[in-house]
Amino acid sequence: MATSSTTSKQISIKVEFGGGLELLFDNQRSHRVPVPSYVSTTGKKSLKDDADVAEGKGRPVDVAYLILWLRDNLLKERAELFVENETVRPGILVLVNDTDWELEGEGEYQLKGGDEIVFISTLHGG
Amino acid sequence: MPPRLCSLCNDARAILKRPKTGQQICKECFFWVFETEVHSTITEAQLFKPGDRVAIGASGGKDSTVLAHVMKTLNDRYQYGLELFLLSIDEGITGYRDDSLETVKRNQQQYGMPLKILSYDELYGWTMDAIVSQIGKKNNCTFCGVFRRQALDRGAASLHVDHIVTGHNADDIAETVLMNIMRGDIARLGRCTLICTQGEDTIRRSKPFKYAYEKEIVMYAYFKKLDYFSTECIYSPDAYRGHARAFLKDLEAARPSVIIDIIHSGETFEVKEEVKATQKAQQTCKRCGYMSSNELCKACTLLEGLERGMATAAITERARKKLDAEGPALESIRTIPFFQQSPEAHSTDAPKPPT
Repeated sequence: MATSSTTSKQISIKVEFGGGLELLFDNQRSHRVPVPSYVSTTGKKSLKDDADVAEGKGRPVDVAYLILWLRDNLLKERAELFVENETVRPGILVLVNDTDWELEGEGEYQLKGGDEIVFISTLHGG
Repeated sequence: MPPRLCSLCNDARAILKRPKTGQQICKECFFWVFETEVHSTITEAQLFKPGDRVAIGASGGKDSTVLAHVMKTLNDRYQYGLELFLLSIDEGITGYRDDSLETVKRNQQQYGMPLKILSYDELYGWTMDAIVSQIGKKNNCTFCGVFRRQALDRGAASLHVDHIVTGHNADDIAETVLMNIMRGDIARLGRCTLICTQGEDTIRRSKPFKYAYEKEIVMYAYFKKLDYFSTECIYSPDAYRGHARAFLKDLEAARPSVIIDIIHSGETFEVKEEVKATQKAQQTCKRCGYMSSNELCKACTLLEGLERGMATAAITERARKKLDAEGPALESIRTIPFFQQSPEAHSTDAPKPPT
């Protein structure tokens, strides 16, 4: 875990969408996204200040941040179907390296380079 | 953080938190408990007997895809002795159902089950595309819902099956309970939690996933890498159900047991005798012979409205009166083909003439 290392500014995360969620992301299931290693600790509402976070300062990047990053950078339409109250909308399942995120601290899970995060909607058709 | 161990086998790493129990379990234990719970649901309700012919209502979506997989697995593992079929309804929605039917065709190959596809066009002379072009996107879910239910029964009769199983899960049933309460639909409130209902003729209709959470169904499909289709219908989604669904998901986030709790509430409602007395008795549709609580069944009423250019006739009381005031239906009005259920009585799938 990169809590004390400050050598790299960005880490690369593999993101996958399923269950119809990919439709909001240009109909592409698999993405590789770069996120900063450290992000602002001051609230989650805006990602604008993140560029100012010095290496080693702020909090290590987590899934909560990734969700907002995806909304602001990758999502193409209907953000309300992905994010609600600063987290994924109820009914969207999240897996961290093939494990239910409910076992991994949900939004507080700290991302490592190469992690694979899967989002699956349960809200589409039976 | 050390990996959390499975609370069932205490050996493998946990990958899932069960919404029903809060237990954290590993992949193999998850498959096992999920399948075993469905098996218990089936055996406790005595849904099947050896030799039954069972049609799986297959849309290509997550629930029916997992249902087909689990039914095949359990039929083999516990020797139910069932003959399984896939039954799909083609509503005639370009870009939606035609794609999902491709998924069902792949399932047919993967599971080695015979597949029957029955279309609205074939049965009613109308595709959903044609219906929507006439009536617009409002209320079209009413047509689709009524037509699909009848189509499944008629398709099952043509396959000479004893039983239809559908992928309705615990979340779906809890939603329906809420919707029926909000609409005051007491007759449906009583029926909607039943695991097995009697459909047309002697065909039974069951929900083996009655107690299966949607989260677990989706996780099962994910970990088994099952091939399913997940595009939203291109016509207006059922807005009313959408509200019930969003409400339920919010409740579930706070308290996962709420889904089972609502089903339990639905099951334990008791309808007072004086309320029961106002409910209509079942009869047979005078036009097509399908079971009905009115002279004309809902599908025939909707169809007549469509054919006469008054599509809302079956939806509002006022429009129905207006339609009636215009006089009786023409002799030429379409009769929905009726399939004879018993193979002894009819050796072909020829529609029975209207009575």
